[in-house]
Amino acid sequence: MTDATTDISTGPLTTADGRPLKAALAASLAVRRRRAFMLVAPLFLFITISFIVPIGQMLFKSVYNDGFSKNAPALVQWFKEHPKGAEIDESAYAALHSDLILMREQKTAGEAGTRINYDISGTRSLFTGGARKAAKMEPPYKEAFIDADKDWGDPNVWRAMRSASNPFTIDFYLAANDLTRDESGAITAVDEGQAIYKKLMFRTLVLSIEITALCLLLGFPIAHLLATLPMRKAMLLMILVLLPFWTSLLVRTTSWMVLLQSQGVLNDIFVWLGIVDDEGRIQMIYNEMGTIIAMTHILLPFTILPLYSVMKTIPPSYVRAARSLGATSWTAFRRVYLPQTLPGIGAGGLLVFILAMGYYITPALVGGADGQMISNMIAFHMQKSLNWSLAAALAAQLLAVVLIFFWIYDKLVGIDKMKLG
Amino acid sequence: MTAAPTDEGFVVFDHVQKSYDGETLVVKDLNLSIAKGEFLTMLGPSGSGKTTCLMMLAGFETATHGRILLDGTNINEMPPHKRGIGMVFQNYALFPHMTVAENLAFPLEVRGMGKSEREVKVMRALDMVQMGAFANRRPAQLSGGQQQRIALARALVFDPSLVLMDEPLGALDKQLREHMQFEIKHLHETLGITVVYVTHDQGEALTMSDRVAVFNDGRIQQLAPPDELYERPKNSFVAQFIGENNKLPGTVEELTDETCLVRLETGELIDATPVNIRHKGQKTLVSIRPERVEFKPEMMPEGAHMINAEVLEVIYMGDIFRTRMKVAGSEEFVMKSRNTLGQTKLRPGEKLQIGWHPADARALDPM
Repeated sequence: MTDATTDISTGPLTTADGRPLKAALAASLAVRRRRAFMLVAPLFLFITISFIVPIGQMLFKSVYNDGFSKNAPALVQWFKEHPKGAEIDESAYAALHSDLILMREQKTAGEAGTRINYDISGTRSLFTGGARKAAKMEPPYKEAFIDADKDWGDPNVWRAMRSASNPFTIDFYLAANDLTRDESGAITAVDEGQAIYKKLMFRTLVLSIEITALCLLLGFPIAHLLATLPMRKAMLLMILVLLPFWTSLLVRTTSWMVLLQSQGVLNDIFVWLGIVDDEGRIQMIYNEMGTIIAMTHILLPFTILPLYSVMKTIPPSYVRAARSLGATSWTAFRRVYLPQTLPGIGAGGLLVFILAMGYYITPALVGGADGQMISNMIAFHMQKSLNWSLAAALAAQLLAVVLIFFWIYDKLVGIDKMKLG
Repeated sequence: MTAAPTDEGFVVFDHVQKSYDGETLVVKDLNLSIAKGEFLTMLGPSGSGKTTCLMMLAGFETATHGRILLDGTNINEMPPHKRGIGMVFQNYALFPHMTVAENLAFPLEVRGMGKSEREVKVMRALDMVQMGAFANRRPAQLSGGQQQRIALARALVFDPSLVLMDEPLGALDKQLREHMQFEIKHLHETLGITVVYVTHDQGEALTMSDRVAVFNDGRIQQLAPPDELYERPKNSFVAQFIGENNKLPGTVEELTDETCLVRLETGELIDATPVNIRHKGQKTLVSIRPERVEFKPEMMPEGAHMINAEVLEVIYMGDIFRTRMKVAGSEEFVMKSRNTLGQTKLRPGEKLQIGWHPADARALDPM
């Protein structure tokens, strides 16, 4: 245990023939490094094409939407020349007119309207209608437009168009946080009735934490049993643990429906046993409880496996030593065994937490109204409302939350201590 | 083999049997009484039941039958943490998530000792094993020998009167092992504790112990002080297991109380001391220590039978010469002679006569 002695050589080290040692080392390792790179190159390429690029594109969508700006060149030009606060005069309406004519020709009024519709709902028809009527309009356009639809005079619509004239925007992140802009462009909260995303994100977090805690609580004894049982029995138990991996997610989720619904097996048994009467059947599915039960079941193996792999390496002599030193079995467990399983608890917990945060199919099937998670909302915006930018913003925010937890974990436990198996 | 124990010993195994599967006995009727302050070693090949005995004493295994007494109380049903027995494990079992000082404070902490008192005791224990400077290290930062010392200090820090050691030096290299043997022995003497030590290394057993219990097949084959064990093994197993031994099979021709005459299978006659020979004509295995074999006529004791030998191989081992010879049909007969100034150099192929004192040749039961 002596400290490193001071370097006696002067100047950089060289090989026998006088080349710098570092260069010689790099050269001798270069071939090996090249070969290693060639081996991983296909996977690297695959991941780049199929994973990193689409995700990057998706995330880019959350701050970029050119649905309006590319279809309304005259208005974009007008907004550029007239800074914020300028009066919406005849020239603005003329620009609007020429753009609507253009949209009519290119059949893009819907696309541009959709973009404005994200900000102010009900405005899509304003654009499709406007494009239809624009051909017959005569100057002065201001009166003509307001005559056709008084919404064209709404400063809020003009504010939204100005904002959409720049394809880069943070409006979708505002929407994802239940914020909007008022007529002056300042950021304000949306009406309480419309605020859903923050609540949903919070619920997703709480549900994920609950599911993670449940998984750890249920998985710990099983993992311990697996690690201590004789090989034959442990293998049998391991098959039971892994069984859920071999059946379809849908089958598993559906079987929970059969078990838990109010006319389901479990409730029938409760009624038969007299625990509840026929009217008081417990609602265990299509709510938060259903989401928690089904997801805990599905994610349980992800806690058991890392825990098992950590516990397998803890020799029984540690607990025995603690016992011989005078600790009760509980103290020995708490002070000696549990701390050594922390890398497994951390890995299993983090894995389940991350998976739970982004889980979609199970909450969609058994979550009912109040068991939905943020990913269900992302799917809604991807598939139903087609507001991909908002979906992307929500997804990016979800990713950020997960990364924050990852960072906290790294600070508390240390990522190098994680053991996944 | 051993006399039935009395309840007077500090540790008493009274007709203890142990079975894991209900079909075979790992420990068969163990009777052993260990005095206070004694250093007793359980020696035996793996699977001989010695570790099981230690685990029963520590409380990690329960005896299937019989009683184990500690200081007069039956501890069969007592959980390990109430026994107050210090234990050193094979791989030290130092808690990796605690520092050295925390490891040592652990047994004091669970006993509810105050912080300041704890610190004093921990430092004293660390100084005892010359590890005072390492209090804040983690076990993983220590070498094997240092970990060994810490494990020792941890087993002693709460002043147990009995310390169990389960092959504690098995993972150390030879030199360190020998050094630690003396250190453990020294600690045992200064502290006056009772030590039960398990090992399969006979050298370790001989160096350290007051008494050695040689285990085989779930039984104590011989329980004796080291010198007696080495010089007067009671049966062939002990003779084979402790040290090196030449064995010559034969038949007893003449038998008196003190000596016997054995006709070897190749016809030669040799003198021997009967150990467990009951009658003439019995088959026997004569065992002779290699270092007790002589080849110089002037060193030969009076009246000893000489026997022909042919040198097969001479190995130079520094302090001794190890000569393998062909004697009475056996090609594995070994003679060790000291490398003294002017020692006769033997060459392979050389033919000579060898002999020994009859007291050094022990006629044992054939295994």
